[in-house]
Amino acid sequence: MITVRKPGLSTTVQDGGRAGFYDLGIPPSGALDQYALQAANLLVGNPHGAAVLEIVYMGPELVFTAPAVVAVAGATMVPKVDGEERPMWESFAVGEGETLSFGYLTAGARAYLAVAGGVDVPEVLGSRSTYALGALGGHNGRPLTAGDELRIGDGVNGAGAGRVVPAELRGAYSKDVEVRVMMGLYDHRLSTDGRATFLDTTWKLTPVADRIGFRYSGAELETVEREPPFGAGQDPSNIVDAPYPIGSIQVPGSVEPIVLHRDAVSGGGYMMVATVLSVDLDVVAQSAPGTRTRFVEVDLDGALAARADGKRRVEKLHDALG
Amino acid sequence: MTDVSPARYSWGGDEFVFVELAEEMSLQANFRAMAITKALRDDRPDGVLEICPANASYQVRYDPDVLAPRELQSRLQELEKQVGDAADVTLPTRVVEIPVLYRDPWTTETLMRFRDRHQDPDGTDIEYAARINGYGDVEEFIAAHSGSPWFTSMVGFVAGLPFLFQMVPQDRQIVVPKYLRPRTDTPKQTVGYGGCFSCIYSVRGAGGYQMFGITPAPIYDPTQSMPDFADFMVFFRPADIVKFRPIDRETYDAHLAEVEAGTFRIVQHDVEFALAPFLEDPDGYNAKLLEVLA
Repeated sequence: MITVRKPGLSTTVQDGGRAGFYDLGIPPSGALDQYALQAANLLVGNPHGAAVLEIVYMGPELVFTAPAVVAVAGATMVPKVDGEERPMWESFAVGEGETLSFGYLTAGARAYLAVAGGVDVPEVLGSRSTYALGALGGHNGRPLTAGDELRIGDGVNGAGAGRVVPAELRGAYSKDVEVRVMMGLYDHRLSTDGRATFLDTTWKLTPVADRIGFRYSGAELETVEREPPFGAGQDPSNIVDAPYPIGSIQVPGSVEPIVLHRDAVSGGGYMMVATVLSVDLDVVAQSAPGTRTRFVEVDLDGALAARADGKRRVEKLHDALG
Repeated sequence: MTDVSPARYSWGGDEFVFVELAEEMSLQANFRAMAITKALRDDRPDGVLEICPANASYQVRYDPDVLAPRELQSRLQELEKQVGDAADVTLPTRVVEIPVLYRDPWTTETLMRFRDRHQDPDGTDIEYAARINGYGDVEEFIAAHSGSPWFTSMVGFVAGLPFLFQMVPQDRQIVVPKYLRPRTDTPKQTVGYGGCFSCIYSVRGAGGYQMFGITPAPIYDPTQSMPDFADFMVFFRPADIVKFRPIDRETYDAHLAEVEAGTFRIVQHDVEFALAPFLEDPDGYNAKLLEVLA
């Protein structure tokens, strides 16, 4: 059992996510950085789908009522056991009655704490992930609060302490990032200049950055004139409410693009002009407010190649920790 | 047969394909989205993860390592051809009756807090909607909003929220712009309006639609504790046909007591809906459709 002494800023139970209910407005949820999720789980010998804690900006304080093997991957916030520092990207033991806490965030935005056996909350619609907007899944459908108690699963022959992700396979987080996108969806609403502005601007991530979406500031995008189609609305950025792909970038009012992430609203009436590649959603996940971001266009073949590269990196992770 | 222009296909990154059947909203465009996605669901290729019909478009999420993107696209184009103008398609669906307390105290309190974001800061949302749609007074407007049935053209935005398209010819449809800037608060189960769509907010939260009233009927229950949610936590399905029933405060309170006692049920009847006869005689077809509620 883990007792939450302090919850951190917004700590939620997450796993690989749930599929099959997006048509009813229930998004996939799951760890925003899926690579870090897999690294943390592999370090403690958990199966791929095990639930972990996603920690945003500021870590929780957790008291362990039984000994456990844990690992922290993702954003750099140094874990501490009873105040003593432990390494990131490495499994270590926490003893009975000991407290796990975290240092200040120094790189990235989201850290993932895996515990051998996995966080054992009930599965809802095939996943343990928290979808807070719908009060669904995770621990009572919400971020952790002080006093919560989390059960740890058993039946996993967890790996021991001291397992390490090799340096070249660790996430590297910068305040200057490139995020690869495929243009499309409603990008024909942009003028040639508007399109160029979107791809040439160095966007800055605003503080409005959560599991639903990440909002960027930087420039206004020029649209082409039109007679609004029936049902779309008067603003040049309005469309007849349409489904939103995970990773799609909408631009309400033609300013401040929003990248929808894994707790996305499933549809709406703002033009989407591009979609972030699934593998680069991890990059967005590790962006803290202020991160300078360029959206870099790739075509379908480029996107599939990037996806294959991402898979190879995960395979290497498996080979290193398998 | 009516002519339909070819759909527009676009990739949404490496995992989504987005298909726009028409730029403007119509029941026919929606019906084609329903028919194509139903056909895909009935004969679902390996690798298809999500099938999401929407108002005049739809999207599919898939695993490109299992199903090649261009193969999926040609499959969808075949279905588009097969469905055509959807004139021959019949959908098994439900007629659902939703009681509404129009001009309720809770949405009124909320809308007053956000007057600085509204087109008409001196009135209420429903007074504004009645005026710009040419109704003499709010009562007439409520009669129109609750008089015709509505087609659930999309479920989403947040969990279980239905988008509802008015089943009357376009020149009689209510159209109201969204708030100038979205609110940060909307009561749960608010009956709202934006563009040509009515909606019911399934959870409390941000929103940009005008607020006309509130229903005591829960439409989303993640704990599945109420009888309407025994099978699933979301009540609405695409293609559900909705009829609003105006109620007074006393009836609202009585329904709320039933909700709290766990006995409340939404009135619903199975029906078949066909597009062609509806388009031929909307009023006659609707009257027949709603007989099940009599």
